[in-house]
Amino acid sequence: MSEGSGSMGATRRDVLAAGAGCLALIVARPARATPESMASAIKAFVGEAEVQTGKVALDIPPLVENGNSVPLTVTVESPMTQQDFVRTIAIFNEKNPQPNVAVFHLGPRAGRAVVSTRIRLGDSQNIVAIARLSDGTFWSDSAELIVTLPACVES
Amino acid sequence: MSGLPNRKLRNAGIAGALGLGAALALAPEALPQERRSGFEFMSRESQVLQQDDTSNPGMLWVAEGEALWSARTGASGRTCADCHGDAAVSMKGVAARYPVYFAEQSRPIDLQGRINICREVNQNATPLPYESRELLALAAFIGKQSRGMPITAGDDQRLEPFRALGQELYERRQGQLNFSCANCHDDHWGRKLASSVIPQSHPTGYPLYRLEWQSVGSLQRRFRNCMVGVRAEPYPFGSPEYVNLELFLMTRARGMPLETPAIRP
Amino acid sequence: MARALINVPSKAKRGEIIEIKALVSHPMETGYRTGPDGGLVPRDIISRFLCTYNGEEIFSADLFPAIAANPFLSFTTVATESGRIAFRWIDDKGQAHLETAEIVVE
Repeated sequence: MSEGSGSMGATRRDVLAAGAGCLALIVARPARATPESMASAIKAFVGEAEVQTGKVALDIPPLVENGNSVPLTVTVESPMTQQDFVRTIAIFNEKNPQPNVAVFHLGPRAGRAVVSTRIRLGDSQNIVAIARLSDGTFWSDSAELIVTLPACVES
Repeated sequence: MSGLPNRKLRNAGIAGALGLGAALALAPEALPQERRSGFEFMSRESQVLQQDDTSNPGMLWVAEGEALWSARTGASGRTCADCHGDAAVSMKGVAARYPVYFAEQSRPIDLQGRINICREVNQNATPLPYESRELLALAAFIGKQSRGMPITAGDDQRLEPFRALGQELYERRQGQLNFSCANCHDDHWGRKLASSVIPQSHPTGYPLYRLEWQSVGSLQRRFRNCMVGVRAEPYPFGSPEYVNLELFLMTRARGMPLETPAIRP
Repeated sequence: MARALINVPSKAKRGEIIEIKALVSHPMETGYRTGPDGGLVPRDIISRFLCTYNGEEIFSADLFPAIAANPFLSFTTVATESGRIAFRWIDDKGQAHLETAEIVVE
């Protein structure tokens, strides 16, 4: 492993040292939600009902460059008629301080069951979206995503 | 330096942790034809966010600036619009040529400095503090009037000594890490520091909405971040050093389109 | 000063599904962050959002601290009649910010 590349300016060591300086500014965060607390938040939302996989599409980038603002879109397959519509969509996460992210209340007047927002993610984790339909059934989708470590953050 | 071997070992560990490749060849300063805005180094999601005015959060500051433009201020009771009229006309291209030479004080001033001089002299109002929401909002609103226009800063020959001071600062090693701006942004742009891509340092979108800040912020705030990053003591907000540095960078970015209010991660 | 940007098409055909976007300036302070003095910054969250179309609720949301600062929401509705679409953001303390948009349905 050669040490730097001569006289042209920054050496390898310099760059690594800068990285160390930036990383040192990242501070520990308080206690976080866990997969268990997400499971209990989901239970509070669905009760004893079975949650089936399907009908829901959770669109979120798999690689996030800043966890402060992550675009998220949930689409549910539904005709959105008076007889057959999506009532509620809930979003959960497993590693933020709280397992709940948002709950959206829709109705047949929406025309389509598509909702977008921007969320915060403190760490790489699993995100779950669950939709409650007008017939009382629950459907879900989940996404695993990676939040990369930012460099040179403001202390 | 007896501590050197230890530092080498520690750095080797950090290199592993950061996933940095073994070879870091030096890249030359970007030639004009290969200048790239920070926009190009962002994720597609962040690019979409910048380009959609109905979801770009920086537009909240622009909207606030628009309201302030027509709000009576100071003892004069005058609005910005009373003198300047429709900003879409009078402010078009203005932000693209800042910092400008301010002859009364024989020094360059940035846009924020110009806004505050206007407040003091023409509105009899107190200057807005640096990084205050109002000053950022006005700067964002004025900046937006030049969005898409090429940067024209540095035309005035009287600016040359200040531009040179800015360049000297850009190339000067500083801080406990003994690092210059150029060490990262000229020699290693396009490569990664931790997981972040190091951009070329073209201030094409300020004031801008940084996802890290969860807010709009000024170029001076960004300069201060970088200085803290190399463990240097940052200059106070409003310091002439920042204006000189901005002048150097804006002159170097001539011809690139202004993006205010930009998004950056 | 809370400020909001809403995007509703000014005109739509009857029965058309329109997209509505709403952006509001708010720090969404989580209550988990440490301030410069080392103490926790108190929680300050918009916890509820409502949208009505000529007085009838068409969409609402319960928001938690995991929603990004300057909350953004987009959703859809069927353009049924001309009138007013109203937006209300309510924070933890019950304070509300209101915006409205007019729509012409032909």
